[in-house]
Amino acid sequence: MQEGLDDGPDFLSEEDRGLRAVNVDLQTDATLQVDISDALSERDKVKFTVHTKSTLPNFKQNEFSVVRQHEEFIWLHDSFVENEEYAGYIIPPAPPRPDFDASREKLQKLGEGEGSMTKEEFTKMKQELEAEYLAIFKKTVAMHEVFLCRVAAHPVLRKDLNFHVFLEYNQDLSVRGKNKKEKLEDFFKNVVKSADGVLVAGVKDVDDFFEHEKTFLLEYHNRVKDSSAKSDRMIRSHKIQCLTCFLFCSLLNRFFLKVSELFEKTRKIEARVAADEDLKLADLLKYYLRESQAAKDLLYRRGRALVDYENANKALDKARAKNKDVLQAETTQQVCCQKFEKISESAKQELIDFKTRRVAAFRKNLVELAELELKHAKGNLQLLQSCLGVLKGDT
Amino acid sequence: MALCHFYLSQMAASSERSPPPFPDSEEPELLEDSDEEADAFTGTSISEMDSPSPDSTRPPKDIFNEPPEDIFSDPLSNINSEPQKKVDAKIPSPSSDEAVDLFSDPLDDDSEVMSSPEVQNPMPDLLNEPVEAPKSDVLGEPPVHRNAARHQDVFEDPPKSSSKSSSVKKAASAEMFGDDDDEEDLFKEPPKVVTKKPQPSGPPVDVFTEVKSDVKVKPQVKDDPTDLFAEEALTAPAPKPSSGSSSSRTNGVHSEEQDLFSEATVELSLDSPCNDRKNKEAVKPSVSAPAAPVASSSSKAPSKSLEELEEEESEDKFDLNISITNPEKVGDGMNAYMAYKVSTQTSLTMFRSKTFTVRRRFSDFLGLFEKLSEKHSQNGYLIPPPPEKSILGMTKVKVGKEDPSSAEFVERRRAALERYLQRVVSHPSLLQDPDVREFLEKEELPRAVSTQALSGAGFLKMLNKATDAVSKMTIKMNEQDVWFDEKIQDVENEEQHLRKLHVMVESLVNHRKELSGNTAVFAKSVAMLGSSEDNTALSRALSQLAEVEDRIEQLHQEQASNDFFTFSELLADYIRLLGAVRGCFDQRMKAWQRWQDAENMLQKKREAEAKLLWANKPDKLQQAKDEITEWEAKVTQYEREFERISATVRKEVIRFDKEKARDFNRQVIKYLESLLHSQQQLIKYWDAFLPEAKAIV
Repeated sequence: MQEGLDDGPDFLSEEDRGLRAVNVDLQTDATLQVDISDALSERDKVKFTVHTKSTLPNFKQNEFSVVRQHEEFIWLHDSFVENEEYAGYIIPPAPPRPDFDASREKLQKLGEGEGSMTKEEFTKMKQELEAEYLAIFKKTVAMHEVFLCRVAAHPVLRKDLNFHVFLEYNQDLSVRGKNKKEKLEDFFKNVVKSADGVLVAGVKDVDDFFEHEKTFLLEYHNRVKDSSAKSDRMIRSHKIQCLTCFLFCSLLNRFFLKVSELFEKTRKIEARVAADEDLKLADLLKYYLRESQAAKDLLYRRGRALVDYENANKALDKARAKNKDVLQAETTQQVCCQKFEKISESAKQELIDFKTRRVAAFRKNLVELAELELKHAKGNLQLLQSCLGVLKGDT
Repeated sequence: MALCHFYLSQMAASSERSPPPFPDSEEPELLEDSDEEADAFTGTSISEMDSPSPDSTRPPKDIFNEPPEDIFSDPLSNINSEPQKKVDAKIPSPSSDEAVDLFSDPLDDDSEVMSSPEVQNPMPDLLNEPVEAPKSDVLGEPPVHRNAARHQDVFEDPPKSSSKSSSVKKAASAEMFGDDDDEEDLFKEPPKVVTKKPQPSGPPVDVFTEVKSDVKVKPQVKDDPTDLFAEEALTAPAPKPSSGSSSSRTNGVHSEEQDLFSEATVELSLDSPCNDRKNKEAVKPSVSAPAAPVASSSSKAPSKSLEELEEEESEDKFDLNISITNPEKVGDGMNAYMAYKVSTQTSLTMFRSKTFTVRRRFSDFLGLFEKLSEKHSQNGYLIPPPPEKSILGMTKVKVGKEDPSSAEFVERRRAALERYLQRVVSHPSLLQDPDVREFLEKEELPRAVSTQALSGAGFLKMLNKATDAVSKMTIKMNEQDVWFDEKIQDVENEEQHLRKLHVMVESLVNHRKELSGNTAVFAKSVAMLGSSEDNTALSRALSQLAEVEDRIEQLHQEQASNDFFTFSELLADYIRLLGAVRGCFDQRMKAWQRWQDAENMLQKKREAEAKLLWANKPDKLQQAKDEITEWEAKVTQYEREFERISATVRKEVIRFDKEKARDFNRQVIKYLESLLHSQQQLIKYWDAFLPEAKAIV
């Protein structure tokens, strides 16, 4: 399971090669393979075709596909979160909402600015933006796929009924997006939860491992959040810079064809650099932002259970002192204790897994990032050298 | 220098065989006149010197024409009267020339004479002695002394200006060179100037033809005095062999080899009648002799070199390095200004020394531009525009203490000023402008006043407005010259294009700066992440990554300033320059319009005349005819002016294009190199990081 999951975020990096079949590493047992074989963007929603291959007996067929939307993924995720059974597990983070607005807006702007540039520039620019749109689209699909893969690879979650329904039921799950009231409720819940989280976090843990994990995760999450935001900003400005560079090139080519060609090429490489950084770094960070949030949630749940357990103990003590409702208090205490024990047990394993997974993922991504950067820089270098040679030869 | 002269003189000697040594015979007679004339000439020469413009060619011609006649007429009547001595004494330079001739002439067997030339060849130092010896033998005493004295002067002067120049100097130093400085300049410069002159183009030809005509007149005189020659030859060689002869020869050589002459020739006449004689013998030598004095007069040099320099310059990079350094705030508060150190390094002889530094403030630069454009722009010259005045930026500098943005502003301006000055001096005709030299050399400049109100931007705006107005007015100008037609279009398109490009580059720079800022922030954030990571290897790798990002941030920053300084500023410069080019076109258009107006006026006058004729009013007819001739003259004058300006503009634009191509090429290469460098660094950084990433367990 662990190794399989390691590759979760890594899969994203493959995105630029096109929608690939599920990372094979994930499926060591091959009893359940899930991938998104196709996706369709329709106005403001995206339809994913979820394709499943399974030898598990609870599915009617060995291979089938259903069409799912983002909301249904969210529903699946929420069902996991709300299920008490899974309190002791890190729930794979839900995929982010598809967001093509920025890209679409740019395309629209381009359309408006059509008059001000030459046809050539326009088509080039359009291609550029379309490519960007496609990249975002693919990435979105990949994120959804990763979520499903992680669930499918999880020893407990893969057996979830909702998951099976999600995979198999070939009609609309009629999951609707949350309405305003529910959103408001969610919001309040979140506020309560985070307030509670602070309280719970303040409780000194009996177990050193968890105590350590708690402090680590709290800090780590914040840092990752920060890094992720910063890397996003960096990459965004890198991309913008590439875009301006592109415009610059198209203007320049009236002067020096050769140089302009060179710039065009280096710019493309530069764009690749930005894209790769995006994939290897920003996405990694983003994924671990969500993942660490999930781990934090797990810790919260455990902390909550611990607090409950302690409260139950106190209640039991009180009940015993008053000799009133002792039995009820005892059962509550028993339940709480069991719950806590159970959570602690699975949580420990989950957190250790999380760590290994994280380290492996970082390693892989960083190595790949460095390799890609090197590759691009070398490509650039070569281009520059040859161009310089030509230019100097000219003079 | 001296060596050079000698070398040349040798060459001259070999090539100059043909000219026979007759001149001396005439000398006596001529000399009398020569004395008087010398004054006259010096007078003229002064005027020429004062006027640095190319027109200077004209006066000399006139002078030339006149003197010869006088001289000749006199000599004929007074031949063989007195003054050998006089001649020798007073006109050393000519005598030297003769000496040269003598040497070259195989016919003359005077041993003494021969000896002197030989002496010449070896070394300048030796010259003094040998010179004296022959003198004593051959000549009367007075001349010897004088000559000797002069020689010494000549030799003492390190630059070794020609002896003639020295003689000229003595004769008319007071008048010619009001300033001591000038004198010095003159003397130092000659060598270079001489070398430059060889290339002259147009004017020389005229000189030649004139000279030739003169020559024809004179021949009779020449033939007679062959006998006399011997004596004189003796006298002559003794005094002047060294510098005088050498210089004259060098000139002669040039003239022969390259046909290059210059107004300088005109001045020859100043020196002595001997020259005239020479002219008779061979046009070239005579011309050559005068060249030396010309050379010495720096002001003359410009006129010639205007055109020649251009070609010269395109071939080999001329030797003038200007750098602006040490911007320094002078004064306090709103009266503060930035002073820049302008250092010049040159081997050009027109400057007093090889390196010099002055302090200039920004308005001085603007003042220079104004002076130049006042003088030259109507001729169609492309005056490089100075950077624009920036009230905002300057105010910041004045108020702010150590603000990075104001430091950047100052640096930006410094670089812009440097490029501006470099452009000015790389313009062959502007370099010759006395104002430019003054700007580079003189300690204190009078404060440029009018620039205060007139910031570069404002000025350009005004110019543009005027341009537009004019072009609208004369939009009907039917362009006969396809080249101009296309060029004007080109320039306009290019300017627009460059503007766009400039905006683009600016945003590129801004984005890159933004990127660098964001990278820095990210680097910090990653460092934090690394510190909180509990896997040691991963933590290490992350902090390494932070370091890499930090360095990349540096790279981005460097790149941004590279973008800025190589491209953005270059583009800004060329946008300004293109404005100036348009200004040139407008000047041409104005000239055209003047011409057309005159043409129209002429037409009207003619019609009026026809009417008068028809109306039969003879009294007014004469007046009308006068007016017609007057206007005809104007029309031709304006037409010529237009043609001249067209030619100049054309040349200027071609030059500008060439320069532009070179500039862009250079900058692009520079830019690419900077990119190359940053990519190399990038590779280095990531290379170092890779093992760290792999070490994560």
